[in-house]
Amino acid sequence: MNFDVYKIRKDFPILDRKIYNKPLVYLDNGATTQKPACVIDCINDFHTRRNSSIHRGLHYLSEQATESYEAARKTVQEFINARSSREIIFTSGTTGSINGLALSFGEKYINEGDEILITAMEHHSNIVPWQMLCERKKAVLRVIPFNDEGELLMDEYEKLLNDKTRIVAVIHVSNTLGTVNPVEEIVSKAHQRGIPVLVDGAQSVQHLEVDVQKMDCDFFVFSGHKTYGPTGIGVLYGKEKWLEEMSPFQGGGEMVENVTFEKTTYNEVPFKFEAGTTNYIGAIALAEALKYIDKTGKQSIADHESELLKYATERIGESADIKIYGTAKDKISILSFLINNIHPYDAGMIFDKMGVAVRTGTHCAQPVMNRYNIDGTIRASFALYNTMEEVDTLCRAIEKVRSLLS
Amino acid sequence: MKEINEIQEDIINEFGLFDDWMDKYEYLIDLSRDVPLIDPKFKNNDHLISGCQSKVWLHADYNDGRIYFSADSNALITKGIIALLIRIFSGRTPEEIINTDLYFIDRIGLRQNLSPTRSNGLLAFIKQIRNYAVAYNIKYKKG
Repeated sequence: MNFDVYKIRKDFPILDRKIYNKPLVYLDNGATTQKPACVIDCINDFHTRRNSSIHRGLHYLSEQATESYEAARKTVQEFINARSSREIIFTSGTTGSINGLALSFGEKYINEGDEILITAMEHHSNIVPWQMLCERKKAVLRVIPFNDEGELLMDEYEKLLNDKTRIVAVIHVSNTLGTVNPVEEIVSKAHQRGIPVLVDGAQSVQHLEVDVQKMDCDFFVFSGHKTYGPTGIGVLYGKEKWLEEMSPFQGGGEMVENVTFEKTTYNEVPFKFEAGTTNYIGAIALAEALKYIDKTGKQSIADHESELLKYATERIGESADIKIYGTAKDKISILSFLINNIHPYDAGMIFDKMGVAVRTGTHCAQPVMNRYNIDGTIRASFALYNTMEEVDTLCRAIEKVRSLLS
Repeated sequence: MKEINEIQEDIINEFGLFDDWMDKYEYLIDLSRDVPLIDPKFKNNDHLISGCQSKVWLHADYNDGRIYFSADSNALITKGIIALLIRIFSGRTPEEIINTDLYFIDRIGLRQNLSPTRSNGLLAFIKQIRNYAVAYNIKYKKG
């Protein structure tokens, strides 16, 4: 397929904006991505003409809405190649997915002295829910370290796996370093001991082909708003056997089969995990975003973003006063760096006034910053609509920061 | 010594000379050198006002009815704004500090630096200045 970034940019209305009278250069896609017009129109159209609560009413609008919602589930299933749409649970986002999983999985399978294994490059959302679980259950959180390049130490991983390990929870692509972790190998090593694996795909599913069957992970989570969809919607994929065994993480309407004051029986998978009125418009708009990615072509997107990262790494990295954090062999879409001893906050302020949006700080991954003994970094993160010219603007912004602060 | 509001007007006039944001930042970066630096022995967690991004340290001395501030920050633009705040508040009585309506930040276009989501510690810094004033006011009024 012919990938024309300038044509693609026309699909994203916000990219036309001027910030302080300068063209917006949006390089904060790791935090959230912008939305194509088809997603915005979908949300608008649903509210304007199609809105009705799902799964409850018998009337026309409700049936149509339910159908769209279940079609969205099917779209997600196909997007990550799950076996069945019953394995797709809609949540509020990656954080909601992991918290729900930690509650339900933890309640059933975690006991005192058990171990939960994560990596040292997790986003806080894949640390704190497990820490809270450990506190409740007197379980132990163990951490797989990584090297200076930002690659997991797989030998250490194998040493950490033991008879007490109950679950392994790993970030697929580091939101700070860009490292693509070898999740298939991680899963296979864990499965040799019968241990399930959660893969946090918040920074992966929008950039590379994800096939949960090939990966063979037990759980996979991601957010709508980082995949060109709306905020407040996300996905928890789980192998059906786990979802059948686990109890719901929230109680309420829709997730039940039968309710009396003595006893409630739960609805079937996946509905038992979707209590209350779900964010059905979010789910439907997310499906629209995933279709947009499919239509654009996952491979074309990956190739384009890989060129952007390569160009940015070469141009920015060639200066002696710049240190890049995260130089793994397998790396995508994210460039974390520091300019000399300039504080990232100062740099971010100056970038902002040049219309360049980047993230500065710890990126919700303080342990990564501690590993390198730094306060934070400047992070440029790329999406399918970014251009080489925008990388050039970023370089000019770096030049400006240098001239003001060095 | 000038009144607090006279100094606020001075600052507004100084910044009025700049049309361009970069010039404002350049000026703030220059000003950052004027901050009376906190004694290294006070540059510890007790005096740290922690934002998510830049760190700020603040210390207060009370002398003859007036409060004198010293501070530091690891980000220079933040430190430049601190220099302005210290220019306004240092050497004042607790009552003067408590009764100040701090309006210059808005007027020079730096308001975004003080929003609660802006985690540079400046909002907490101003609050801490007022806390010192309130504390000294109570301590020495009663005494």
